[in-house]
Amino acid sequence: MVSGVQMQYYKVCKRKLWLFSKGIAMENEHERVIEGKILHERAYPRLEDREILVDDTFKLDALDKEYVREIKISSKMPEADRFQMLYYLYELKKRGITKKGLISYTKERKTEEVELTEKDESAIEKAIKEIYVILQSPSPPRLKKLPYCTKCAYYEFCFALEGDD
Amino acid sequence: MLRDHYIFSNGRLKRKDNTLYFFDEQENKKSLPVHQTDNLYIFGEVDLNSSLLNLLSQHDVHLHVFNYYGFYAGTFCPRNKKVSGFTVVQQSVHYLEHEKRLYMARSFLQSAVHHMLRNIRRYKEKTEQYVKNIEEEAKKMDSATTIQELMGIEGRIRQHYYQSFNAILKQDFIFEKRTKQPPQDPLNALISFGNSLCYTTVLSEIYKTQLDPTISFLHEPSTKRFSLCLDLAEIFKPLLVDVVIISCINNRIITQKHFDFLDGMVLLNEEGKKRFIKEWDEKLSTTVQHRKLKRKVSYRYFIRLECYKLIKHFIGDEPYKPLKAWW
Repeated sequence: MVSGVQMQYYKVCKRKLWLFSKGIAMENEHERVIEGKILHERAYPRLEDREILVDDTFKLDALDKEYVREIKISSKMPEADRFQMLYYLYELKKRGITKKGLISYTKERKTEEVELTEKDESAIEKAIKEIYVILQSPSPPRLKKLPYCTKCAYYEFCFALEGDD
Repeated sequence: MLRDHYIFSNGRLKRKDNTLYFFDEQENKKSLPVHQTDNLYIFGEVDLNSSLLNLLSQHDVHLHVFNYYGFYAGTFCPRNKKVSGFTVVQQSVHYLEHEKRLYMARSFLQSAVHHMLRNIRRYKEKTEQYVKNIEEEAKKMDSATTIQELMGIEGRIRQHYYQSFNAILKQDFIFEKRTKQPPQDPLNALISFGNSLCYTTVLSEIYKTQLDPTISFLHEPSTKRFSLCLDLAEIFKPLLVDVVIISCINNRIITQKHFDFLDGMVLLNEEGKKRFIKEWDEKLSTTVQHRKLKRKVSYRYFIRLECYKLIKHFIGDEPYKPLKAWW
């Protein structure tokens, strides 16, 4: 089964998705990731249902009557964040639970509401299939420079290259 | 910024709640910032207990132990959190297939030779003949078909290389032949001590990655040592250790009085070790602008980048090209 992070990485960078899924993870000591972890620990102190692991595969930050909630440090990757939320909503719907999603960019004091449409559902289904195809590959997708590479925890890994002698 | 701490005195390392203290024999207390520590090097005779090791494990601190003579004894490695079975399987493939293993072994040596030549070319007038000899010997690497052959070439190159130190070094330090366990003259003592520091530094960087330190290519994987460290150290010994040795001697940071002469064995004394480590630490934190990362990178971090390049090679991403200092 696909995790929420994998779904997000699928939208951000397929190479990152592949590496992460093979255990070649770089998140551990990256400062931005540590910051995110602390943010998650402190988020939603008033909600009781926090950090809910569903079927051992994806973890919801928090859940209330109306919303699945997800907390993010910055809104730099809105499309990927939205897709991750859609995936949660899709999986919950399959289990007979219908909710809306709410993404909180707490540092920017901004929220984003997400609703699952039929079109989204088929997009998610297509993404799940593609993720499996990507992970079948014995090697990672080739390095492709993206504008946000330098901010990524995998930057040093990807760009540890030698020039021509 | 994470850093390393070195303990030379005898005493006791103690955990009190979540803080780390060192008590010396006179019961003087010194606190060590466990949050900001990457490695602890123990040269003195130090007592410690399991509760302390648990604290080190929580903060991912490596504890390296050296014996009375300054030789590396072993490391306490916190539970390794970076696990990728996939990577280890692929790393093994590159050991098992002869051509692949040969490629790795040759790459490490090419980098080593590049850095050796880089060191002695700085003293051109004095080392011309040695440079020629090494270049001549290095040509044979391309046609070598076994690891033993490569090792033989490496041994001969290193002999020429260390001989050239006699032309470079300003004080009365003389190289006759390489002697280890125990080193029999001051220069050998410096080389041995420096190499063991290099080895533990490489180990602590490998541990931050998914590589398996026991699967090596140039050196036969052994049960006694993390032999991948020896492979990678080939690259970094001439780039880091030898440069520090030459500068310590030629700038008179270390002189004959910094050695203990015991029958047939020569060792750096405490003051000598301290001086060497100070220079070593400074070298590791010196930065260079990386031409691909477009960032400043410390010499220590270059070791990590080399690990990343190995992983990329093993998983079929980017063929391994060893570091050849370009600056």
